Amino acid sequence: MRKAIEISGLSKSYGKLLALDNISLSLDKGELFGLIGPDGAGKSSLYRILATLSRPDKGSACVCGLDTVIDYGRIRTKIGYMPERFSLYQDLTVSENLQFFASLFRVSVYDNYDLIAPIFGQLERFPNRKAGALSGGMKQKLALSCALIHRPEILLLDEPTTGVDAVSRSEFWEILSCLKQQGITILVSTSYMDEATQCERVAMMDKGRILKTGTPQNLVAGLGENLYNATASDMFRLLSELRRLPEVVDCYTFGATLHVVGADGFDPKKTSGMLKSAGLSAVSIYPAEGNIEDLFIKLTLNERQ
Amino acid sequence: MKDNNNTVISVRNLTKMFGSFSAVDHISFDVGRGEIFGFLGANGAGKTTAMRMLCGLSYPTSGDGFVAGCDINTQAEKIKRRIGYMSQKFSLYGNLTVMENLRLFATVYGMSDKEIKEASTHIFRNLEMVNMRDTLVKEIPVGWRQKIAFATATIHRPEVVFLDEPTGGVDPITRRKFWELIYKASSEGMTVFVTTHYLDEAEYCSRISIMVDGCIKVLDTPHELKKKYNAATMDEVFRIVAKDAKRGE
Repeated sequence: MRKAIEISGLSKSYGKLLALDNISLSLDKGELFGLIGPDGAGKSSLYRILATLSRPDKGSACVCGLDTVIDYGRIRTKIGYMPERFSLYQDLTVSENLQFFASLFRVSVYDNYDLIAPIFGQLERFPNRKAGALSGGMKQKLALSCALIHRPEILLLDEPTTGVDAVSRSEFWEILSCLKQQGITILVSTSYMDEATQCERVAMMDKGRILKTGTPQNLVAGLGENLYNATASDMFRLLSELRRLPEVVDCYTFGATLHVVGADGFDPKKTSGMLKSAGLSAVSIYPAEGNIEDLFIKLTLNERQ
Repeated sequence: MKDNNNTVISVRNLTKMFGSFSAVDHISFDVGRGEIFGFLGANGAGKTTAMRMLCGLSYPTSGDGFVAGCDINTQAEKIKRRIGYMSQKFSLYGNLTVMENLRLFATVYGMSDKEIKEASTHIFRNLEMVNMRDTLVKEIPVGWRQKIAFATATIHRPEVVFLDEPTGGVDPITRRKFWELIYKASSEGMTVFVTTHYLDEAEYCSRISIMVDGCIKVLDTPHELKKKYNAATMDEVFRIVAKDAKRGE
């Protein structure tokens, strides 16, 4: 089976900054694939190359079996790209934007209307509103509609959920899973680590490199072996006390609890006792399940001083 | 002026209308000295509009309020001088050095050369970053930039600092280090008013309010809110409270 996206040995620098450092990755057709990483990881640089808007310094990328440098024209008809920054025409109305993108791709708005109907439906009420005057959530839906108007084989979404609240984010992921059912391959990036679980496979990126690739389940398997939750009445003091202990490899806040990475032979009972005698009250240490964020912290531990 | 030493923000029936649209609809709450107050809400709920009024950047249509002892209806300029503000979107000038940024903001806040020297020496020592003094901000790793942005926003030792999504897009470690700074500032008596879309961060706040369609729908400690909604995490609480929002989308 031909791969939807095939990237090998890709590097890209901007001046002194190495934005992409020998990236290799491949996506199967119809896959919902996540690029997870903080700002500056290189996600947008990778998107720009895949969308044929910039050239790699080294290595190659194929999209729908076509080389991004040689066959850029043909690739552009097969992909839908939604950049991180809202890039529709703010002075055009909702329906003008949609018509504009349809005409660029030589289709009519109605050719693929079934595909965008569930997304565009909420915008139909105000076809004459200027795109610039839409709310954040609505802008996002219009941009996605425009990216889908020609029924692309591959959808490239660069941080579509940044700055979006938790409820709207969930809705957006539901939309993506519907599009996946239509057979569209989706590459979506996010800085929200919790969104990794919504993808079939993810690549974790940091500083231009891929740290790890796999299914969300495989990536976190085994993380819980030496991972514990810790709570006490004074959480901030608990954090500094735990960090001082030699049997603690790492300790960081994790919502309502702290996560403690124990060294070999870490004994929660013994450590609790020690913390209590140091004056902390209501100390509790119990096993934790690791998630993608724990993994990211673990993988970048060595880089920290 | 309001004569209450332990209340840093106090608003009653604060309302902002845009035409016939109530962006903020009669909200009332108090924030105590040294509190970390999490100001949550769905997109379009009215958080930014409310925050602009609290920072002295826009006047309420009706309602009363005091921020750092100043009346938001009549002393907006004075409020601006008494608070700190930081957002993820913009905080520092990349083409200026760390020291130039500190000096710029300190001067805007009316600090004297002597005060600026003392404050910056303290900041560089505190953050163990003396050698970054003359580095351009754009050349500094994002984790450090966050710390410098916070130091800049609080260089004039404001009673309250407003943080508008300060950790959006940053990596998990930087995000956590940033919250340790917030804890430290709060333990030294600074009041912190913070918005975020990361709901694990809501757990770190002393109290949380959640805005829905212009109103404050709930306000309590994370512990009490989780108890009330029988939820394991603040993420669940947020989903229950915000799911009926009519606007924003």
